[in-house]
Amino acid sequence: MNTSDSEEDSYNERSALVQCESPTIPSYNQDHDVSLPQQTDTKRRRPVSSGLDEPGPVERERASTPDGEEEELTLKYGAKHVIMLFIPVTLCMVVVVATIKSVSFYTEKSSQRLIYTPFEEDPNSVGQRLLNSFLNTIVMISVIVFMTIILVVLYKYRCYKVIHGWLILSSLMLLFWFSFMYLGEVFKTYNVAMDYPTLVMIIWNFGVVGMICIHWKGPLRLQQAYLIVISALMALIFIKYLPEWSAWVILGAISIYDLIAVLCPKGPLRMLVETAQERNEPIFPALIYSSAMVWMVGMADSSNPGSADGRLRNEGGARAQEEEESEDDVAHGGRRRYSAEEDLEEDRGVKLGLGDFIFYSVLVGKAAATGGDWNTTLACFVAILIGLCLTLLLLAIFKKALPALPISITFGLVFYFSTDNLVRPFMDSLASHQYYI
Amino acid sequence: MTLAVFFGCAFIAFGPAFALFVFTIARDPLRVIILIAGAFFWLLSLLLSSLVWFIAIKASNSQDLTLQKGLLIFGVFFSVLLQEVFRFAYYRLLRKATEGLAAISDDDGSAISVRQMAYVAGLGFGIMSGAFSMINILSDSLGPGTVGIFGDSQYYFITAALMTLALTLLHTFWGVVFFEGCEKSQWWVIAAVVSLHLLFAGLSLLNPLYEGSLPPVYFITLTMGIWAFFSSGGSLHSLSALCTRRKAEGESS
Repeated sequence: MNTSDSEEDSYNERSALVQCESPTIPSYNQDHDVSLPQQTDTKRRRPVSSGLDEPGPVERERASTPDGEEEELTLKYGAKHVIMLFIPVTLCMVVVVATIKSVSFYTEKSSQRLIYTPFEEDPNSVGQRLLNSFLNTIVMISVIVFMTIILVVLYKYRCYKVIHGWLILSSLMLLFWFSFMYLGEVFKTYNVAMDYPTLVMIIWNFGVVGMICIHWKGPLRLQQAYLIVISALMALIFIKYLPEWSAWVILGAISIYDLIAVLCPKGPLRMLVETAQERNEPIFPALIYSSAMVWMVGMADSSNPGSADGRLRNEGGARAQEEEESEDDVAHGGRRRYSAEEDLEEDRGVKLGLGDFIFYSVLVGKAAATGGDWNTTLACFVAILIGLCLTLLLLAIFKKALPALPISITFGLVFYFSTDNLVRPFMDSLASHQYYI
Repeated sequence: MTLAVFFGCAFIAFGPAFALFVFTIARDPLRVIILIAGAFFWLLSLLLSSLVWFIAIKASNSQDLTLQKGLLIFGVFFSVLLQEVFRFAYYRLLRKATEGLAAISDDDGSAISVRQMAYVAGLGFGIMSGAFSMINILSDSLGPGTVGIFGDSQYYFITAALMTLALTLLHTFWGVVFFEGCEKSQWWVIAAVVSLHLLFAGLSLLNPLYEGSLPPVYFITLTMGIWAFFSSGGSLHSLSALCTRRKAEGESS
């Protein structure tokens, strides 16, 4: 399946862990970093890596309070935010695994390949297969890097219309075309008879509500649900169309690239985030999953409404800003007396780029697809969650944007290969004799 | 086979663990994290023990069946020992984390006590261990087939579910007792836990002679439950207080 370039472009800024918070004092190195503009073949949003900004502004705002209290707040917030990310990541993986196990379409190998993995994997020769998978990876990663650089350049030169058009086009494709395909395959699997008018109604409503929720305003939960669904759809496409060995090598290479792009000073994602911070703008909608909506009722700085807009960093950014402005209008002066410190006690939440969701789900989905062993899937799932936990811990310590992929994907890959080759025969022998350890 | 067996065995094996999770752990994010980290530690121990077993298998003659069985039994006991080592390692990690949290916060003590962590860690070990034992069997039970067609026992699924339930509960109780023993530096407690775990694994070697394995295992589970109850601060007084309070509440309402 050859998809147009416009689809992949929309996936920039996807993998990153960002803490949504707007600092009252601009400190760019602590605000979110776009971790990795990853360009997936069809629709990958570039991962945005964002750091945990949460403690930063809190510390600055509470210069008078003792350090211990700040740290405790950090840790108290920390556990809650880890869970706020665990749940959507788990849901996305559950959707992908359930689909892989029930709908056989996504595990059937087709002769079609994406143009980004042009080299065919020959199952007969190990060396040739390995070489081809490395070549596929090189092609894929270079496409991603290229797209990311284009996005950064577009952003730097303020071509916002182009970027927004790109994003809208890609979400259109995801929400309409891919979900139509998905629904078709599900109906085929369960032998459900469906007529076209009903189908058009369903897909139309699903798609339009999705576009509105993601790009404009909508209830937070609905927006989160849509982001999870499109990540799952994207992951399923990858699982279907990436060749076997290439997929694993690409996962490894993407984590390395994520690490480089977010942490190196000249990394594209880092530049993207810093530019966004300089201009005090939120990062593009529909590229980042935000776990909570930051609403600051009545910013203390009421004389400067523009700064309030810039402070809101979550992805429902536009919506939150408008709500805040309307709340300010309605609430009159009383609310504006709230101190900034009280406002900052509101739950900020953490942001995770959609690319992270997609690649986690690709890993777990491939573990579920290859072989009928559920232990491998479970092991990869736990490994990814622990990697995410560790990444969030690092985020709390370093307080800057971090790539969310490397640790989780490393753990996931290690556990996949070791469970598949070492643990599986052991557990199978134990189960056949009914020995329990 | 099929759905009835699937649901029956799934609920037998995972019902109590799921209930414990929903009622005591799901609300508190810190406990969920400790649970998943506990599962991760158990997984690590399994990985290492499988590695050792795998190397032993590859280094030995694959045609010699008694040798293979002997190596498997060795693998079982080695895995049990490694699990207890990793339980101790997890205890050390949690202690460090508690100290860190306590040092940071202004008021005395941290958000979670060592006893709660012991329970959650034990449950984490139990859930992961049970899941790894049972999930493949459950997915096989969904499909068609005849159990024991080659002369094996026809009670395979139900006994597997019962053993898994016992295993999950045992891990929870062992976690509580083990951490308590480590806290009070009572090394005999730790030795008792390790030997009981080895006993459990040894009893499972008696399968498919289920009369020899299941009743003793459940007796051990009951004993461990009582031990864990008293070790974590429960007493007969608190039990009776629970009953009388309920009666008093029932009368007043």
